Amino acid sequence: MTAAKTILSMDMVSKSYGALKVTDALSLTLGEGEALGVIGPNGAGKSTMFNLIAGGVAPDEGKVFFDGKDITGMPPFERCKAGIGRSYQIPHPFEGMTVFENLLVGARFGGDLSEAQAYDRCVAVLDQTGLLPKANVRAGSLTLLERKRLEMARALSTNPRVLLLDEIAGGLTEQECHSLVETIQQIHASGTSIIWIEHIVHALVAVVSRLIVINFGAKIEEGEPKAVMESAAVREIYMGIEVDDAAA
Amino acid sequence: MADIPAYAVSRATRSSRIGMAIGLIVLIILATAPWWAGRADLRLLIEIFYYLALAQLWNLLAGYTGLVSVGQQAFVGLGGYTLFALAAFGGVNPLAAIALAGVVAAIFALPTAFLVFRLRGAYFAIGTWVVAEVYRLGFAQVSALGGGSGMSLPADVVRSIADGRQAREWLVYWVALIIVLAAMAIVYALLRSRQGLALTAIRDSEPASESLGVNTYRTKLVIYIAVAFATGLVGALIFLQKLRISPDAAFSVNDWTAFVIFIVVIGGIGRIEGPIIGVIVFFVLRELFVDFGAWYLMLLGAVAVVIMLLAPRGLWGLLTDRWDIQLFPVRRALVVKETKDSG
Repeated sequence: MTAAKTILSMDMVSKSYGALKVTDALSLTLGEGEALGVIGPNGAGKSTMFNLIAGGVAPDEGKVFFDGKDITGMPPFERCKAGIGRSYQIPHPFEGMTVFENLLVGARFGGDLSEAQAYDRCVAVLDQTGLLPKANVRAGSLTLLERKRLEMARALSTNPRVLLLDEIAGGLTEQECHSLVETIQQIHASGTSIIWIEHIVHALVAVVSRLIVINFGAKIEEGEPKAVMESAAVREIYMGIEVDDAAA
Repeated sequence: MADIPAYAVSRATRSSRIGMAIGLIVLIILATAPWWAGRADLRLLIEIFYYLALAQLWNLLAGYTGLVSVGQQAFVGLGGYTLFALAAFGGVNPLAAIALAGVVAAIFALPTAFLVFRLRGAYFAIGTWVVAEVYRLGFAQVSALGGGSGMSLPADVVRSIADGRQAREWLVYWVALIIVLAAMAIVYALLRSRQGLALTAIRDSEPASESLGVNTYRTKLVIYIAVAFATGLVGALIFLQKLRISPDAAFSVNDWTAFVIFIVVIGGIGRIEGPIIGVIVFFVLRELFVDFGAWYLMLLGAVAVVIMLLAPRGLWGLLTDRWDIQLFPVRRALVVKETKDSG
């Protein structure tokens, strides 16, 4: 797909909860420096895919590779140290800590920085993500949108090589969404590879060069964003248009 | 990344400097207590010290690491019994045996952790209690240690602590003071360190800590064992003062866990200042209700309910909601000197 070296891949990964197959023989590759978008209906298994990559969930079958190494059995904290930074769709802030301290956890542990280096890193990330005015505010008193911003900032504080963003644009105004897209473009331009799950498609396509569609845990479409959005499979999922009806 | 706003990170506050000064004065007063306080007062102060130490340790475990244990009496009892066994049968000097009691408690904590760490939340709490009960029943079977009725510290061992009763009581008092100061200093230093960030993060969200690079299992294990070590030390001290031990007294969930939880929750869980406030409230209430007999525990429960309703984050939480006071600042406040666009 891309000429660049592959940094992350999933090879035929499956995961079931009882009879429910949430991930079904899913394979994907992410090139170094690439930005990949993921869309699909609610409950399609997109967040589970992130859990499989970041290590919160162990697959029943298949393997996950990062930077050429098999990381399938690696615990989440080691994957973070290796360079996988993730945000949660439902924010998990450290509520009793300030925004600045939230980032420090990532910089000190995931980023393995000294105290002084960690301060520099966190101030830079706070500045980049627009959270600097909130630095000393307890994370528990942030609004939902600020919490989502914090999720991204905290993942960035670990200095990731791959950034996993899970639905962070929902609920933003047009202007906020525009500034978020600019921030993510900057992160991407600095060399970080990105996988972004998002329902706000116009924000997504402003950043990503490739799109995959997931439904019932399986990848059903993949390719250049415009072509994917116009494909029959996407139209069927999002518009409920049967292919046969459309042809008739 | 090179172009970042100028900043400073401040860790002390004005209230913490005042607090340190007051703390130092209180410390000097307490260190000289044997010269100005009576025997009964000294005994009460020792009791306050070990309750404060137990409360600080439980606060570290439950309030910061999120390990809500109802079984810390296991390590109090193990510490106490280790002291008695070593001193009575091993000929070990009782003061040296205090340190060894901590080691023994830590050794027992390791297999206990493998068992109870398989459980989460309420199940963890109940699991730790069950394990402590198993220890209690186990020690009741050991006839060499007096079985279910327990044993006294032999008179020659008591004499070996120091020359005369007064010297012994003074020595035990200073050891108690040193142990509580050490417990508080270590908890404070730990919370200000890199590990302190991890502990507070684990308390607030374990999955998020893990995905930010924190080895949550190892961190919790290390804290659990370190707290068991220190709880064992305190346990040894408690029974060195009491000179008598029995399974029911050593592994009492009421004395060594319920009261400690009361102290921490009333004072303010997850704050170093909380147990200090809590222990003062607890002993004031105890002295006030001393004549009420069985009603005492019911009154204590009622006070706990009222305080929890009015101040869910404890009395210290109530104070810090009004005023920004920190006697033991563990925060890192970011002071931005100028932003790029303003300059």
